[in-house]
Amino acid sequence: MSVSKYWREIPHRYRLEAGKCKQCGKIYFPGRLICPECGGREFDTIQLKREGKLLTYTIIHVGPSRFADQVPYVVGIVELQDGVRLLCQVADCDLDRLQIGLPVKIEFRRISEEGEAGIIHYGYKCVPV
Amino acid sequence: MVGIVGYGAYIPKYRIKVESIAAQWGANAESYKKGLMVEEKSVPAPDQDTITMAVEATRRALQRAEIDPRKIGAVYVGSESHPYAVKPSGTTLAEAIGATPDIHCADYEFACKAGTEAMFVALQLVKAGEMDYALAVGADTSQGAPGDALEYTASAGAAAFIMGKTDVIAVCEHTYSYMTDTPDFWRREHQFYPQHGGRFTGEPAYFKHINNCGKTLLEKAGLTPQDFAFAVFHQPNGKFPLRVGKMLGFSKEQLAQGLLCPKIGNTYSGSSPLGLTAILDVAKPGDLVFMVSYGSGAGSDGFIWRITDQIDKVRDKAPKTWDIIQGDKVYLDYGLYAKFRHKILKNV
Ligand SMILES: [Zn+2]
Repeated sequence: MSVSKYWREIPHRYRLEAGKCKQCGKIYFPGRLICPECGGREFDTIQLKREGKLLTYTIIHVGPSRFADQVPYVVGIVELQDGVRLLCQVADCDLDRLQIGLPVKIEFRRISEEGEAGIIHYGYKCVPV
Repeated sequence: MVGIVGYGAYIPKYRIKVESIAAQWGANAESYKKGLMVEEKSVPAPDQDTITMAVEATRRALQRAEIDPRKIGAVYVGSESHPYAVKPSGTTLAEAIGATPDIHCADYEFACKAGTEAMFVALQLVKAGEMDYALAVGADTSQGAPGDALEYTASAGAAAFIMGKTDVIAVCEHTYSYMTDTPDFWRREHQFYPQHGGRFTGEPAYFKHINNCGKTLLEKAGLTPQDFAFAVFHQPNGKFPLRVGKMLGFSKEQLAQGLLCPKIGNTYSGSSPLGLTAILDVAKPGDLVFMVSYGSGAGSDGFIWRITDQIDKVRDKAPKTWDIIQGDKVYLDYGLYAKFRHKILKNV
């Protein structure tokens, strides 16, 4: 990931900032310029709720090189309390504790880094409550 | 009246027992446990560092303070394990809680007292009327060299405090700092592990500085140890704070609530600040709390806190420190611990 892409994504990676359509109320994470639902172009910036539940998950045993040291690790889809679904890693979770519906919360974690000398990418993961 | 308006603690869920470390090096676990008065220590997950723990502790402090983060005028992170050599931890923290861009930011370093340094400056800025709120965090993911005595205690944790002047839960009545140039513990640039002066870290370093800081702080306040409900000192192990407490005239009972080291190890910049969070979890309105940190190099920051009625409205709004310590935890064996802490060098 380039430094500029990472920097652009800070609001949603760090603070779970989303766009809520002023016209129809649909929430987009990350935010959008035009609402696909109603064509609205005005959005309120909101911060998503940090609690939710695990909708589904998969266990990665052979990961891409940047994540190779973390295997086996879990990636899941979380539904937050405001109904928004997001894809993220499930951290701090025993594999035998994993189940659909598991209550989780969002925590701030290291996601990856550009080698030993590059920038560190911070962002969100979910952890069991 | 200036003081703490919100506080938060964060401790990773991973632990390693003294037995697991001692077994690796052929050392006697019982003598380490007795000598250091430590049973186990916290270990950060590979995706955790000073910044991530500072963010989580601060979110909890914000839950308690219930203030708009944009009203925070300063963000100060004290640590000896800032993830970057050049690039502040405080910028990421401030961005994560939504406190940018109208904010003053600095990272602090002073071995284990970097956290209380941040608290000291945050308090004074609010007191001077420069801002309504200032955030101070002590956080560390400390490393001890494999087989070194430090490896049994060097651990991870973070404590965050929002200083303010309205709805204060603990008023800062007095502060005092004591500092000399004492090379008891150091790490040169590009070195992975710190070095220390062995026994030299005791009398001329830890005990001298905390004792002198504590004595003058009591004199300044015109108080005696018996006036305090709680006391908390820096905790490089479980034994030193009890001994320095006794030297100053504090009892084991006054220290018990804030003495976390036997269960989580030495969280360095988080040490006495985390002890203070555990005390705030139970202190009653009117209680006085005595606090002295210690950072090698060497110096101590002392604080006297007076708990207000506001504490009862605030403490249940975020997880309590002893509940975090005794809650869900995962024990690591030495191999996994070494991998988590990057003690194993891979061929790249
Ligand atoms: Zn719409």
